[in-house]
Amino acid sequence: MSGSRERILARLRGRRTPPPPPPASDMRPFAAHEWTQEERVERFRSAIESVHGEVHRVAHDGWITCLLERLQARGITNLLAPADTALGRELRHAWPADGPELLRYDRPIEDWKPELFHQVQAGLTAARGGIAETGSLILWPGPGEPRLASLVPPVHIAVLDADQLHTTLLEAMRAQHWARGMPTNALLISGPSKTADIEQTLAYGVHGPRELIVLVRE
Amino acid sequence: MSATQTPVQAFHRRVHDAIHDARIRANFRSAMDGLMSKRRTAFADWDLERLRELGAAIRQRALTRLPDLLEELERNCQANGIRVHWAETDEEACHIILDICRAHDARQVIKGKSMVSEEMELNHFLQQHGIQALESDLGEYIVQLAGETPSHIIMPAIHKNTGEISELMHEKTGTEPSRDVDYLTAAARSQLRERFMQADVGISGVNFAVAETGTLCLVENEGNGRLTTTVPPVHIAVTGIEKVVERLEDVAPLLSLLTRSATGQHITTYFNMISGPRRDGELDGPQEVHLVLVDSGRSGIYQDDELLETLRCIRCGACMNHCPVYTRVGGHAYGTTYPGPIGKILMPHLLGLEATSELPSASTLCGACGDVCPVKIPIPRLLVRLRREAVEGDGQHPGMVAGHGVKRRRWEVAIWRLWSWLHARPGLYRAGIAAATRFRWLQPRRLGAWTRYRTAPRLAPRSLHALMKARASGGNPR
Repeated sequence: MSGSRERILARLRGRRTPPPPPPASDMRPFAAHEWTQEERVERFRSAIESVHGEVHRVAHDGWITCLLERLQARGITNLLAPADTALGRELRHAWPADGPELLRYDRPIEDWKPELFHQVQAGLTAARGGIAETGSLILWPGPGEPRLASLVPPVHIAVLDADQLHTTLLEAMRAQHWARGMPTNALLISGPSKTADIEQTLAYGVHGPRELIVLVRE
Repeated sequence: MSATQTPVQAFHRRVHDAIHDARIRANFRSAMDGLMSKRRTAFADWDLERLRELGAAIRQRALTRLPDLLEELERNCQANGIRVHWAETDEEACHIILDICRAHDARQVIKGKSMVSEEMELNHFLQQHGIQALESDLGEYIVQLAGETPSHIIMPAIHKNTGEISELMHEKTGTEPSRDVDYLTAAARSQLRERFMQADVGISGVNFAVAETGTLCLVENEGNGRLTTTVPPVHIAVTGIEKVVERLEDVAPLLSLLTRSATGQHITTYFNMISGPRRDGELDGPQEVHLVLVDSGRSGIYQDDELLETLRCIRCGACMNHCPVYTRVGGHAYGTTYPGPIGKILMPHLLGLEATSELPSASTLCGACGDVCPVKIPIPRLLVRLRREAVEGDGQHPGMVAGHGVKRRRWEVAIWRLWSWLHARPGLYRAGIAAATRFRWLQPRRLGAWTRYRTAPRLAPRSLHALMKARASGGNPR
């Protein structure tokens, strides 16, 4: 196996001359537009809505009310939500006794796969930021918010702070210093799961959530 | 297809059948028209030319430093806990994956979309060794149910319409016959969900491998890629060695070019960046992540400055969507893993020209593929280069690609030698032309394959020299 490695590298280095160098990468055609925060939020909203997602602009203290309304409108009776994060604590503190049951992702996936796959109706996560140009949420799953919370339940609800909305992916990567250290899994999510593999006809919820609801806190 | 057919005969047979199949023609026509117009709309507000130059520069920069970047990728992946394997051939890559599966007593493997694994015929290989590999991308799932191969690199089942898919799913999985795409999709979802839960290993491809951070990037809409790389305890990512990019930032413009060129989307639903297995405290994600780097002919292409440009490809499929040949014959007619214009230059590199000698000729050289390529691969120029390689070229352009000279015919060479010898001797040339025009009625009306769809060119009654001479002396040129 190591023999293969050495042989491949030796062949690549065995060129008579190095490959022709390219011109410098000019990132400017791809660089940011000058958008105000209001423009970024509206751009983000229209991008998400164009792919069948929902965006609700809410006050900082109004998101839980909005969340309850959305869940009730769908008849959702349980919600997988973080417990030991700022968002999770705020949610659990204010949650009404007659609200949908709050579930915890508090054991390894191996211990509750069937339950997660078959019984959880909605998953709530925070977003680390957003990208206005493409209508994308930035998620860095971790111990508090495992990877599958935003993927397996049929409805995914994300909470995004408006001041974390960046213009482009490039700007977000630079502002949040991604290259200094990536988490085990980082995600951009730009709508509900979809496919056009059957005769180019769009269908939603093929493997991941059928619905994506974003609460933008301002 | 009879066993005695040569690759050339088999190719012509497939093309003939596809052209005369009205259903295939209609399915591809409507799909490709849609994809072309979506791409146009997606780039409407952009300085597309400068963006393509940026894409080409980023990919070329990565190739310029390819061996160094592969080592950097390996180092950073290992630091992140990803195990890195190197395979010189498809066969070696298959064995590496089999060994990993066996080490975990794996019986069932779930797969995200990976064209490299199609190159390797991995599913077939694992099957032979008692491991069932199930495709989870909806298009790949359909193609696998039908026992076929993908006909497009982005839309694997584009050759089938809803009715055909309904029949297939009814027959193989027991769903109700239905033209309701939502019903068919939901049925596939529930069939595959069980399989995701049971799978011992998940296998995926890679769209970009970032050397700087040791990150594997996957682009998808369905979520099957995320499930494949998250639910099973082991994730194996398999990729060609050319997919590496230098910096994380490089990914931003490439992603934008890829999704817009492929399906006209500003971005896909999911962009999944994997930089390691589950860490302490995390509750999901695979316990092991493996990266298999496959050469399989790529380091051979790398030796030549011109051929190397093929390796810039980011597999968007735009060249297929815009190709007047592909849109008529569809992907299966090519008989290779990668169809369409990119396949016509890539497959001869990977398989050699013996098996693929007709591919570079199956083109009108209209140039559409080169015009839409997001990383500016000069596909038409490379097609001409491969045509030359197929007949060996001349002393100044020695063949580089395996199987070069396969189409060289002694009598063709003799004719061209005679032609060139004649043109260097004015007296003989004039005598020859005079004879040819006088006896032009002897010229054959049928010229083999050339006159199957065309009329034979006819010699004029008088040569250009004779006409010019008559004109200069004031005579009637006619």
